Amino acid sequence: MLSGLGLKPEHHDAALACAAEGMWFEVHAENYLVAGGPRLRLLEAIRAVHPLSLHGVSLSLAGDTPLDAAHLKRLTALVRRVEPALVSEHLAWSTWNGINVPDLLPFPRSNDALRHIVSNIDQMQSALGRSVAIENPSHYLRIDGHEWDEIGFLKELVRRTGCGLLLDVNNVYVSSRNLGFDASTYLDEFPGDSVTEIHLAGHTVDPALGESLLIDSHDAPIAPEVWGLYRHLVERIGTRPTLIERDGNVPAFDALLSECQWATTELRRVAELVGQPS
Amino acid sequence: MTGSLADFQSRFVKSLFDKGVDSALTAEPAFAVYRNTVMSGCVDALQANFPSVARLVGIDWFRAAAATYVRAQPPRDGRMLMYGETFASFLADFEPACDLRYLAGVARLDRLWIEAHTAQDAAVVDDGWLASLSPEDLGALRLRPHPAARWCLFDDLPIYSIWAPNRLGIESVDEIVWQGEGALLTRPIDAVEWQTLDSPGCAFLDACAQGRLLADAAGASLDVYPDADIAALLSRLLSAGALICPTSNEERLA
Repeated sequence: MLSGLGLKPEHHDAALACAAEGMWFEVHAENYLVAGGPRLRLLEAIRAVHPLSLHGVSLSLAGDTPLDAAHLKRLTALVRRVEPALVSEHLAWSTWNGINVPDLLPFPRSNDALRHIVSNIDQMQSALGRSVAIENPSHYLRIDGHEWDEIGFLKELVRRTGCGLLLDVNNVYVSSRNLGFDASTYLDEFPGDSVTEIHLAGHTVDPALGESLLIDSHDAPIAPEVWGLYRHLVERIGTRPTLIERDGNVPAFDALLSECQWATTELRRVAELVGQPS
Repeated sequence: MTGSLADFQSRFVKSLFDKGVDSALTAEPAFAVYRNTVMSGCVDALQANFPSVARLVGIDWFRAAAATYVRAQPPRDGRMLMYGETFASFLADFEPACDLRYLAGVARLDRLWIEAHTAQDAAVVDDGWLASLSPEDLGALRLRPHPAARWCLFDDLPIYSIWAPNRLGIESVDEIVWQGEGALLTRPIDAVEWQTLDSPGCAFLDACAQGRLLADAAGASLDVYPDADIAALLSRLLSAGALICPTSNEERLA
């Protein structure tokens, strides 16, 4: 698996026919947690020709409340059905008191939170019968009550649960600008051995606050700064399956594929550099 | 520490939906990012799930009504495709929509479309097998509605005739007769299909759903309308893919 694309319904035919080397596709698992019908058939058709990644957005691992048992059961059934190469979720929460919000919300990285998340990741991994990767979220807010920095927290999750990490380079860049830290330093300290997947995406500036607040909008091409950070990262940790995410202003398949080829070129160069099979 | 994870999350969610709440969190301008993302994510989902309603009332009206719904009944399922289970009944009681009496019914059909789209797969009845049965065996047969079949009778409004062209995003070519009608949505394989279904037809499917024999389902249909053409109805339901055979022979033939 080299670089892959988020699968868009309007690109199904092109995705099925795509013969790019190392190509793979990722979907938000929630869009396929259904009993039957065309969605599952299309997903199975893609899975028959390309490796697939299931990326969850609503299990709410960082929630104080127990995981939604029905949701986890549906996810387990989907994992068994399509046998994905990669499964991932977020270091975030979205459920409270039965309410589900379509966002990835922040929390104080406290010991209390760590206990809950470790238990939730354990529950997810034992239900699915496999390890999953946890993604670093985008940050917009400074919040009080952190007892861990993010990298220390992620390392502790890996140590206690055996999970992998999904490193979203655009999220690191957006967060570094919003919270005021150095993205390169963060990436240099990130535990490379635990990274099983990388995400790249575009961002925009907040319409009200401008450059002082970047939004992880997934609706634009990947920024040059993010490409630079990515290049530096893979030179350090080696090649990893890399996803180009695009959820808004979705261009034609070929335009996404050419962004994808940029990442593939980078991965091949690094593979040659370090003598690693790509 | 400023409190437990539970305290933090409780305050955060209240602040998302109620601008009057909090404090340090909401004082930061960036909190608006979360408010906006949550609200637009919910409203976008409703617009995608209720396209016929949105087309009838226009995007601005729809999004304003949807935002009111989101604040009253936020999602309770991580699958946004499923959001809006109660949107039709919300619209029925929504004061600004009181002149648009058909709107709740149109929303109901958009919701049935999603149910049909995502329901379990099942093989439809084999016509050849059915045709080989004697009239007696046929009457003693139990057929079940296909898991993706949905039907609904609207007593006094032509909901189907209003919904169908708007679902396709086209102008209606037929003049709408202002009377009640029913609708049948099926998904024999991949695509959701639809057609009108009269009250004897709805009564027939209701009886099948209750597990009654085909002869009894025909009786239920005739109770509604004594001149109902049962053979034509059965043929139409079969070709629409609305019926399946129970799996066990014992259940098929009483």
